[in-house]
Parts: sequence; structure tokens; C-alpha cells
Amino acid sequence: MRASDTEVLTPGSAAQAVEAFGDGRGITVFAGGTILMPEIAAGRYPRGGRTLMLDRAGLDQLDQLGGDGTVAIGAMVPLSKLAGSRIEPLAAAAREVGDLEIRAQATIGGNLCAPPAAESPRGDLQAALLAMGARVRSAGKAGERTESVEDFLARSEDETRLVLAIEVDKPRRASYLSLRRPHAHSYAAMTVACAQNDGNGGVRVAAGGVAPRAKRLHGVERALAEGASGEDAAARALDEVDPQDDALASAWYRRNVLPTLITRALEQLQGG
Amino acid sequence: MELNVNGVTHPISSSPLTSLLEVLRQELGIVSPKVGCRQGACGTCTVLVDGEPRRACLVAVATLQGAEVTTLEGLGTAPDGLAPVQEAFHAGYAAQCGYCTPGMLMAAHALIQRAGGPVYREQVIEALSGHICRCTGYVKIVDAVIAASRGQVDSAEFDQLLRPEPSEPEIEVKGSPA
Repeated sequence: MRASDTEVLTPGSAAQAVEAFGDGRGITVFAGGTILMPEIAAGRYPRGGRTLMLDRAGLDQLDQLGGDGTVAIGAMVPLSKLAGSRIEPLAAAAREVGDLEIRAQATIGGNLCAPPAAESPRGDLQAALLAMGARVRSAGKAGERTESVEDFLARSEDETRLVLAIEVDKPRRASYLSLRRPHAHSYAAMTVACAQNDGNGGVRVAAGGVAPRAKRLHGVERALAEGASGEDAAARALDEVDPQDDALASAWYRRNVLPTLITRALEQLQGG
Repeated sequence: MELNVNGVTHPISSSPLTSLLEVLRQELGIVSPKVGCRQGACGTCTVLVDGEPRRACLVAVATLQGAEVTTLEGLGTAPDGLAPVQEAFHAGYAAQCGYCTPGMLMAAHALIQRAGGPVYREQVIEALSGHICRCTGYVKIVDAVIAASRGQVDSAEFDQLLRPEPSEPEIEVKGSPA
């Protein structure tokens, strides 16, 4: 068995998980396993080191925080639970991942931390979390911290963190669109999520599949705030992302479709 | 560790990150879950973990301490002990080469258990959307699951299944398998 040389740690609580994780050096965090088990089967699992199994760490709670629509989602909450929630646009993104069985096993923490694959981007929930302005509570070097999902995704590659929970505020309006291949199991070629909160906050727009990790599209947001039409604002996206070729779609195709996807998502946002 | 499969507890010596599929087939000799893609994309290794369908190739055996695993061997055996889905697959010619059949049967059985009664075509398509069949074109499989959910597992009753009920929602065809 190829993965037998990894030492398996199974903490029984979140506190034990944090302690076992330490600064994260030499640790592979094992959440739902839908990404890691195929890596083991393909002989690509990290050799040696330690594997932190989170299935008994009690990180699978979904809690309402107060009455203002803020929800704390434990890192081990399965996508099936999100798909059935009314937490949009996250629920819409979760409903499109894999199939019933995959969604019941895959977790939000795993999706957020999924490294890009050689053949395609991963992490189809990332754009939705960015659009919602989600906050990530994580542990690792220098202890626990809470930061925006944008900062979390932008951290340096050698800084490994243990995600404990993700906090989101339910937006007043949300929309989500994706460009998919006709197969239940491929990652989306591109995803676009939009959200607008109460108060005078503007529209947040994010896209996945246009970079190794999903990105917030600040230029599009600024254009919207300045009164540009959805179509004109969407065109700005190509100034801030540089899509690449992969097995799912070519860079040319992505550049041509992205503005349309954003325009439609913005139309959906205003309509709904 | 110990693993409960089809009501029998087995001591397991495979390492913790070994897939349930590998443990079932190679350590325990339970071979109804088939090895297809080994990446969760084909569905043929699907078994039940505490009654819910799971890809045996994606489940690390270490996560199953205290769980109840059910494979096709635990669902029913011919000639007299077949479960309704098995009877319906047999009567409705829902298997051709049979390689996807074990996974289809487990997922379909779980769907019928969850629903507790007749299921719509749309529900069956959703429940089997991760199960790939390269022979049948899925029509007879879906018909068989609907038949089983209605307790109509006799071959004479299959023809009427082709007519959808007036109350049935329109099917939005999307992704595999349709």
C-alpha cells in the first residue's frame, strides 16, 4: 500500500487537531478525501510525513450566529448540507459539484484548500465564498487567525493553514453561473458568483477557473459602482485576469466567454 | 481496527488510508464492488456506509470504525432473497455487461429507502448521475428503479412504466447520464 509510510493522526476534537497540526510542516490534512484518495490510487500521495484525519475532530457544525444572517460553517461540513441550505450563492455552487455521493463526502474546507490540479482548476466554491466576503478562521504558524477569504487564498504557497470554520453573511441578492463540461465529475471550466449585501455596500463579483485559485474582480466592481452597465463592467474582467489553457478549456475560449458569463450573472443578480 | 460488513465484524490489517474498495476486495474477498476508475468518477464501487451510498474507492478505511458497511452481498442473494431493485433489474433487462450494476443497485436501493415509496424519473436520474453505464443507454435501468420503488418487479408490468404519470415533473436533462 503506497500511503502506508505516512503517520496517521486522528484528533478527537478541534483543539487536538490544532495541536497536532502545529505549524503545518510535513502535514497533509485529510478532510472528505475525495481529492486525496485518487492521489493515493495514482501514487501521488506525499511520502512520509503525517496525515491529519479530521473526521472525528467535530468540525462539522453549521451554526447560525445571532439573528443577522451570519452563519459559521465548520470546515468539515459536507457540500450536500450546503447544497440543501439557503445560503446563496454558496448553495448553488455546491449543488453543481460532482453528484449526490461526492457531495455527501466532500467538505467545504477541502474545497477551499484544494490545490489546483495539473489538468484543471479545483475549488468550485471559491468564487461564491469570495463574492460573499466570507471570513476564514484557521490555525497554524503564529496561532489562530480570522481573515477574509481573499487574503486566505492569496497567502504564500508554503504557508499551510488548518481551516477550522468559514463565516458568511447571507447576502440580500446573489447569483451564480458556471461553464461546465457535460460530465457530472469534471470541475467547472469557469464559475462566476455575485453578491450584494444590505446597506450601501456595492456588488461583489468573483470568478473561478481564470487563475489557479478563484479571484475577486475589483475592476468590475469599481466599474459597477461608477454606474457602468453590466456588460461594460464585465469587459473589465480581462484587465485583471489572464486565463490559461488546460484540459477543460483553452485560454482563448475562456477570454471570450468570461465577460458574457459575468454579464449574465449580473443580470441574474438584478432580476433575483 | 475492526470493520463491520454486511453484519459481520472483521479484523482489518490494511493500513489506515487504504481505500474501502481495496479492503473489501483484497483483504476480505468481497468482490461485488468493482474497480472502475479509482477516482470516484464511475460509480461502480458504490456501497452503503450506514445506509448512505458512498464510493468505496474514495473512503479511507480508517474513517469507518463503528460504521456499518453494506455491499451487494448484503442486499440479497439469488434465487429467493433478492431485494426489489435486484428483482426489477432482472425482470426489466436493466443489466447488459453488468460491470456498473453493483453500484447502480446500491445507489438505487438507497434512493428507494430514503424516499420510502414510489420515486419519480427525475429523482432516479439525479441519484444515478454519478453512475456510468456504457451499454444500456440508461433507459431500462431508470425504468427498473421506478418499478422497484412501486413494488412492480414482475416483467409483465414494465410496459406501463414507459408512460409518465400526469403528475410527474418535466425532466430537465442535464449532464450524465441522460
